[in-house]
This record gives sequence, structure tokens and C-alpha cells, in this order.
Amino acid sequence: MKLVEVKDVKKYFPVQRGFLESLMSKETDFIRAVDGISFDIEKGEVIGLAGESGSGKTTTGRLCVRLVRPTEGQIVFDGMDISTLRGKDLREIRRRIQFTFQDPTSSLNPRMTIGDAIGDALRLQEIGTEDERRERVEEVLERVGLSPPETFYDRLPHQLSGGQKQRVVFGRAMILNPEFVVTDEPVAMVDVSIKAQILELMMDLKKEYGLTYLFISHDLATSRHVCDRIGIMYLGKIVEVGDKDSIYEDPLHPYAVGLISAIPVPDPKIKKAKAVPRGEIPSPIDPPSGCRFHPRCPKAFEKCPLEEPVLKDVGNGRLVACHLY
Amino acid sequence: MVDILKINNLTVEYYTRRGTARAVDRVFLNLEENKTLGLAGESGCGKSTLGRSIMRIVQYPGRIVEGEILFNIKEDIGSNKRMIGRGEVNIVELSEEQMRTLRGKEMAYIFQDPMTSLNPMLSIGQHFTQLIEAHDSNIEEEAALERGQEILDSLGILPERITDYPHQFSGGMRQRVMIGLGLALRPKLLISDEPTTSLDVVVEAQILEEMAELKEKFNLTMILITHNLGVLAQTADNIAIMYAGRLMEVAATDVLFGDPQHPYTQELLKSVPDVSKPEKKLSWIPGAPPDLLDPPQGCMFHLRCPYVMEICGEVVPPLTSSKTGGTVACHLYTGG
Repeated sequence: MKLVEVKDVKKYFPVQRGFLESLMSKETDFIRAVDGISFDIEKGEVIGLAGESGSGKTTTGRLCVRLVRPTEGQIVFDGMDISTLRGKDLREIRRRIQFTFQDPTSSLNPRMTIGDAIGDALRLQEIGTEDERRERVEEVLERVGLSPPETFYDRLPHQLSGGQKQRVVFGRAMILNPEFVVTDEPVAMVDVSIKAQILELMMDLKKEYGLTYLFISHDLATSRHVCDRIGIMYLGKIVEVGDKDSIYEDPLHPYAVGLISAIPVPDPKIKKAKAVPRGEIPSPIDPPSGCRFHPRCPKAFEKCPLEEPVLKDVGNGRLVACHLY
Repeated sequence: MVDILKINNLTVEYYTRRGTARAVDRVFLNLEENKTLGLAGESGCGKSTLGRSIMRIVQYPGRIVEGEILFNIKEDIGSNKRMIGRGEVNIVELSEEQMRTLRGKEMAYIFQDPMTSLNPMLSIGQHFTQLIEAHDSNIEEEAALERGQEILDSLGILPERITDYPHQFSGGMRQRVMIGLGLALRPKLLISDEPTTSLDVVVEAQILEEMAELKEKFNLTMILITHNLGVLAQTADNIAIMYAGRLMEVAATDVLFGDPQHPYTQELLKSVPDVSKPEKKLSWIPGAPPDLLDPPQGCMFHLRCPYVMEICGEVVPPLTSSKTGGTVACHLYTGG
């Protein structure tokens, strides 16, 4: 069953200009953070979004939980179009959709105790009495491995380690019993020795509550260990989607090939022939014509700068946007 | 092979209001010429402090309290008060004047964050001229700029861009500028502290490749400080693993990954996600690194170690030679 359907969604952010500039020039420039993407998320799966910074993966995540409103297109959650919801309706749906932000240190209010931070959502949603809320928060603290909960309830963020803060962030996302969680770089800031612990917590929560995850990460090695399917983004577009084994073992899109070959392998015996793309990701204000990857693509031909490739099904649930296929 | 650098019994402490933290604790290391040494460990293990002590740029309130850092200099450098004779010199004992001659010329440091390590008020050209003029007061500005342009060119940056300011460059380009500044005076030793940590994988791979080429071209000896063991597996000749200020294990890269000796190295490697091995079950190390203001007795790792013995909580294990040709600090190998 499809839990989330993203249909041809675009998000353009206007570029800030000075007063004089706005008087003189004709039209506003836009940063095309997400430029016409479509994908589905099945109930119970972990789908990863990968790509370089500026590829639009975080914006896509934010669109899915409606932290930002799409410029165009539809986001359907459990059969309901949520792309234009406002006010009370939006708050209603937010009980079922949660987001965890990149940096646990800056996403926790330094003056709010852990208990208050986690319980805040209950208060905002006006669920339960104060005692019930406290009980529920302690339950969640225990569940994310911060036990005994009483000793953590009144602590402030600076009294916790990085890994513990990340647990609080997950606790805060779990307090409303959501169905769908978008998690943005959950292990980017924790040390490698405890990375697996956070990932296991994520997977345990998934099993226990039947969660569906959108896992945003630039760390492709980690994605391989947690995701069922992976989507690779480049400059606001999805260039390839597939189940994780086929994407890693046999990437089709030339950008995916380059990206995957660039991952450092922690095994000195494997020296990979590197097919790293040259140059850097161009500006999303004025993206290249046709296929956005063509200026850096080793396999570009005449058609590439002229026509934009669409995401095509090439069998086995594999989608690729490249003129080669 | 000649050792370009020998570190003996180096101890660095930070004096804070809450007490004294020993960030580097009795470290011994030898660095062969033209090799790359990887310095790895979790945040707060003292790897950056160790790197910085070699340049004598440990930040206040830190201080080198003990030990020597012997650096091999091929020829006399500097003049008058700044003169350093050739041969082995102990960096810890040099005057600040002499250190200035050494920094940049013999050894260079590439800082962690390219976004904040360049001066936003100076053009890239001014960065180069300041650096070059500081070491050679007779050089014409024109000549210094030309040298800068050559270096930028070799790093794949258009020479015209020398008049640009740091904010006009992307993260990867800024890191290239940092590397260029580090190499401007042709140092023998390059210490790079997390050179690619804030960069994307593609740019990371590009820069690592360029650094390997430059190392070849300039006959560099490198110390690469990073927490990313994947990067080290692909670039380093030898790896030193640090934990809570102490060296745990030093070994050749193949050996360290193939047959790790220290329990910390073993556990650390088990926790690294490996894109080439999807079947690998990731594990983690329970607990957290110790508080350096209140360190445990004995081995720093004993509270998290799966093979802990009674002696581990009492006696600090000495660094001994391991059967794999490196050194290891663990009671499992001291016969204790």
C-alpha cells in the first residue's frame, strides 16, 4: 500500500534582492530546490534519499511533512492531498507525520528540559492531563533508551552527550505515535562507535510502531545498511530510484555511478577504479538545459543538452532518468 | 628509510576552570619520509591536539607539558634569531621566532573547516602574498602573486580567480585554496586536519585524489587526521588509533584493517558502515569515552572493553610491539 505519493512536486524559493535591484530588474530569480519530482513511499518501507548538498533532498523531506508548501504538484498522504492544507487540518495530519532535524544540538531548545521538549507536542495537540502527559513522556524516554526516565526528565540538553541528544530527538518524534517519520541526517553528528546504536534504535522503533521512514543522508554507506530503496537526487531532480542492492551493485545513471564510486571503502584491499564526476554541482538558480548532469557527464551525447530525460521504468521497479536507457 | 619526525613521550594538557584535561597522554610516534600517517579516533580523542602540537599551535589553555618532538631538517634555514641549523631539532625547545621560520616552510597545517579558516576580508591573492612575504621579505608582490597563480592553476582553479574573495568560492574550492596555501612554500611535512569532512563524497574523492598527486609531486610526508576510517583505508600507509588522549595501536594500513590487535580498534572497525559489504552487521561500543577531567585508572578503554581484566583498571598498559609489526597498548599482549 502506498502511504505517501509525491506527484510532480516543485519548490522554488525566491532569491533575495536589494531594493535597487528589485526596482531595476524585470523578474525575480528562483532557486529551483526541487524541480518536478515524483515518487511513492510504500507503507512500512525505509526509503533513502541521497545526493550532494544542494541536490534538494532536505527540501524534499520538508515538503513531505509539509514544513514548506510546494510551489506546484501534489503530496498525497494516506489517500489525502496534504499539499495545500492549512491551520487545524494541517495540525491534525501532523500527528501522523514527524520530522527529525539534522543537528540534535541545535534542534533542542537549550533552556527547555528534556521532558518538556518531548512533551511539547502533546501540549500543543492538547492531549491528556498534565499527569498523563508526564507518564507518556517517561514511557517514551524509556523506549528510546534514556532510562531511568525520572533522571532524564528534568535535565537540560547540555547535560547530555551527542548520542543521547539524538535519542531525545527521536523521542520527540515518537511521542504522538506517528506513522511516517522523515529523518534528516540522523547519524551525521554522532561518532562512529555509537552510530550503529542510533540506527538500531531507529529500526526497533520502526518494527514496534510499524513506521515508514524517509531517510535523508549524504552518507551512502550508512544508507546501504538501513534502507530498502534508495532515490538519488541531483540538482532538484531524482535521477534514479531502485532497491538498494541493484543501485549499489549496478547503478545505471552516470551520476549514480560516479557518486557510488566516490564512497570511501573501509577496506584497503579494495581499490576501486574511481569514476568520480569532474567539477561541481551547478547553481540551482540557472540549471543546465536538458539533462542537468550533461556538463559533467562522461557519456553525454547530442540529445542530452537539448531534451530533458524523464524518469522511466527500466524493469524491476527501477526508475532512471537518462537518455541512455 | 629516514624518519622525518619522531615524537617521544609527548603530553599536552588543557588547564580549565574545572580542572586539568590531558588531551595527549605520553604519545610515541615515528613518521617515515614520504609516507602518509593516518591519525584516527572519535571526537575528543586528542588527534587534532596532537597534530597541532607538532606545529606548536595548541590553543590556549593548552600546553605541551612533557616530551619531545624531533624534526629532521635537511638544510640550515632562516637567518639571525630565526636561524635553525640542519639535523634533528626538538620543536618543543625552539623559540617562537624560530617556529615562524619552520611553519609554512618546513611544515604546513590545513585546518578543519575551509569555511572559516580563510579571512573573508582578504582576497585569495592577499592570502598568498602575506604568507610568501612573511618568509621572504625581499620578494616583489608581483612575483608572489605569480607563485600563487601557479599553485591555484595546479589545483584546477583558474589563475584569474586570485583576485576573488573566499565567499566567491564553493566549499571544495576553498579547501583547494587552503591546500594551495599550505603548499605555497614547498613544505616537507603536511598535516591536514579533517580536510574533507565538511565536503560531499564526490568533492571529497576529487580532493583526496589531488592530494595524492601533490604528495607525489612535492615529495610530501603527510599526517592525515580524520575520524573517517574509509578515507584512511584508501589513502594512508600507516594508521595510529587514538582514544582519550592515548595511542591504542599503530600499524600498517593493511594490517590494521586485516588483523586489528587492540580491542578498541576491533570494535571501532565493526561499527564502520561499509558500502561494499551490505551483509555486515554493524555493532557499536557501549558507553561513552571517559571524561578527560576525571579519567579512569589504568587503561582508558577498560570501561567499554569486552575483554577487560582486573589489571586493566589498575595499570596503564604500555605501548609494546605487536605481532603484526606495529605497536599496541593493551594488557592482552603484555602477558599480564
